[in-house]
Amino acid sequence: MAPLLSVRDLVTVFESKTRPVQAVDSVSFEIREGEVFGLVGESGCGKSATCRSILRLFAGAPARITGGTIEFAGRDLTCLSEAEMTRVRGREIAMVFQDPMTSLNPTMRVGDQIAEGLIRHESIGRRAARLEAIELLKQVGVPSAEQRLDSWPHEFSGGMRQRVLIAIALACRPKLLIADEPTTALDVTIQDQILKLILRLREQYGMSVLLVTHDLGVVAQTCDRVATMYAGRIVETAETPSLFARPLHPYTIALLNSLPGGKKRSEPLQPIGGAPPNLADPPPGCRFHPRCSIAVEACRSTAPALLPVDAPHRVACLRRGAEPS
Amino acid sequence: MIVLRFVLLRLIQMIPALIGITIVAFLLLRVLPGDPASLLIGARGSTEEVEALRHQLGLDAPLWQQYLTFLGDMANGSFGQSITQRRPVATVVLERLPPTLVLIAYSTVLAIILTVPLAMLAAVRRNSWIDFAIKAVFVVAMSMPPFWLGVLLILLFGLKFPIFPVSGYGEGVFGHLWHLFLPAFVIALGTAALTIRSLRSSIIAVRTADFIDTARAKGLPENAVLRRHVLRNSLISTISVLSVHTSWIIGGTVVIEAVFALPGVGDLLVTSIFTRDYPVVQGLTVTFAALVMLISLITDVAYAAVDPRIRLE
Repeated sequence: MAPLLSVRDLVTVFESKTRPVQAVDSVSFEIREGEVFGLVGESGCGKSATCRSILRLFAGAPARITGGTIEFAGRDLTCLSEAEMTRVRGREIAMVFQDPMTSLNPTMRVGDQIAEGLIRHESIGRRAARLEAIELLKQVGVPSAEQRLDSWPHEFSGGMRQRVLIAIALACRPKLLIADEPTTALDVTIQDQILKLILRLREQYGMSVLLVTHDLGVVAQTCDRVATMYAGRIVETAETPSLFARPLHPYTIALLNSLPGGKKRSEPLQPIGGAPPNLADPPPGCRFHPRCSIAVEACRSTAPALLPVDAPHRVACLRRGAEPS
Repeated sequence: MIVLRFVLLRLIQMIPALIGITIVAFLLLRVLPGDPASLLIGARGSTEEVEALRHQLGLDAPLWQQYLTFLGDMANGSFGQSITQRRPVATVVLERLPPTLVLIAYSTVLAIILTVPLAMLAAVRRNSWIDFAIKAVFVVAMSMPPFWLGVLLILLFGLKFPIFPVSGYGEGVFGHLWHLFLPAFVIALGTAALTIRSLRSSIIAVRTADFIDTARAKGLPENAVLRRHVLRNSLISTISVLSVHTSWIIGGTVVIEAVFALPGVGDLLVTSIFTRDYPVVQGLTVTFAALVMLISLITDVAYAAVDPRIRLE
């Protein structure tokens, strides 16, 4: 069966005064129907830029998709006009953003914000949209939904706002939900509730989820498959159990080693030395080589391709299979 | 209900402020050199005649007594007798107030009508030729003195293409709107020059807010995003600019009223100052102060109407 979303060699460039920044550099991945696909990496590695490229929403930043294809349900989204994209957004692909405190319009009642997408995409009236909005608020676990419908966003807590944002995203039953760090701004107990909510709704609606996170714990808990991104490129992709059991890229290994809990309690945490590269001027060859403990001379000049190791597990490393020193 | 209570409370709070203003208005006038009695009688009058008139007008009484008389006149609603016109000040002022009030309200409405679409256009087409054109036109309009712009418009639309009348106040609502169009337009251009700039920059800022991407992610086309999400969130700072500017206009319609020969309070104020008609100047000062306070009250209600996070208390 063809995947629901298939991103091929995607390149996204942000214009800047000095020189253009390639935030997304030939990124390829697929998301199957009903699957939760995780995209992990540290801040600024291009996770959000990848998501935003899919919906072509760059928050007013001067960004452009300069290469590659984004095939969704049989169409290449990069070829659609802006008007055609407005029929994809919200209806077929929806997105939940990172910061629930700033992602709701402060001057519009919550119910109207939920109903807006419904009125736009499904030809239903205000009344029907209102009833549907109540139903959605119940679905995402907002208590006393009927009353809360007429509340303003500032009357909600962060966790409740994220639930409202999920209700907005789910309003038109999208086939794909992009969740860009949906729990980063929330405290741990609320994080867990929101993740469980997303998983339950995935079951219920049969949608696929692209989950962006920098938290490997979240990946282990929720994702079927996962890709690790570093400096605008995907360096490793695998099914989640396989990635945790046998991480192959030195960056993924380093990420896992820097987690508490996975190792014996007596051992100190191992942070990754150095800082991520400036994307305006990335290092040649493998972009991780300046911070890599097993880098060899060839890593400085040759950019490794993403190659399969065993079927679905693929890694972009010249030294794949080499034992870490 | 909350709005009504708020408005009532604010109206009550205005009273002490107004009393403060009466003191300032009263004292400032007495500090001015010149004497209404001698001006009224003229250079040929004898000292005795002037003194008699001063006594008749109560100007020889101690200052505190004159002030109390003024407060008493205010309390009975007449605001005292005009020295030159020998009529109650309230009657004189109320006669001349409507053209000025209509002019201020009309110019504010025109300014809003100009501001919203032009600021949106300038913000969306930021740094394009149209943005620069809008900026250029309004910088020129703001730099031109209003009397000059007024005269130019009279020449163009009053004489060359006689579409609008060039003087007077007209009869009936449509008559007023027709007669006051050119003067209101001159004032509106100056106001819009400020408000367009302010609204344009807030629109540009709001367009990068997170919730705007939420709105776009729903599949709303850009013009719906602008109308439903950007505009309302951009208005707050522009409401402040508009409010300050309108308060400023209240005392500043004199020139425009002179150019377009409007029977407003501007002209009354100037003549009353020249003839040292103390009661009329005092009455006008209190009226202007009350109007400025009223505008600030309207502004606060407007803030709360635009942004639900602002509570009226």
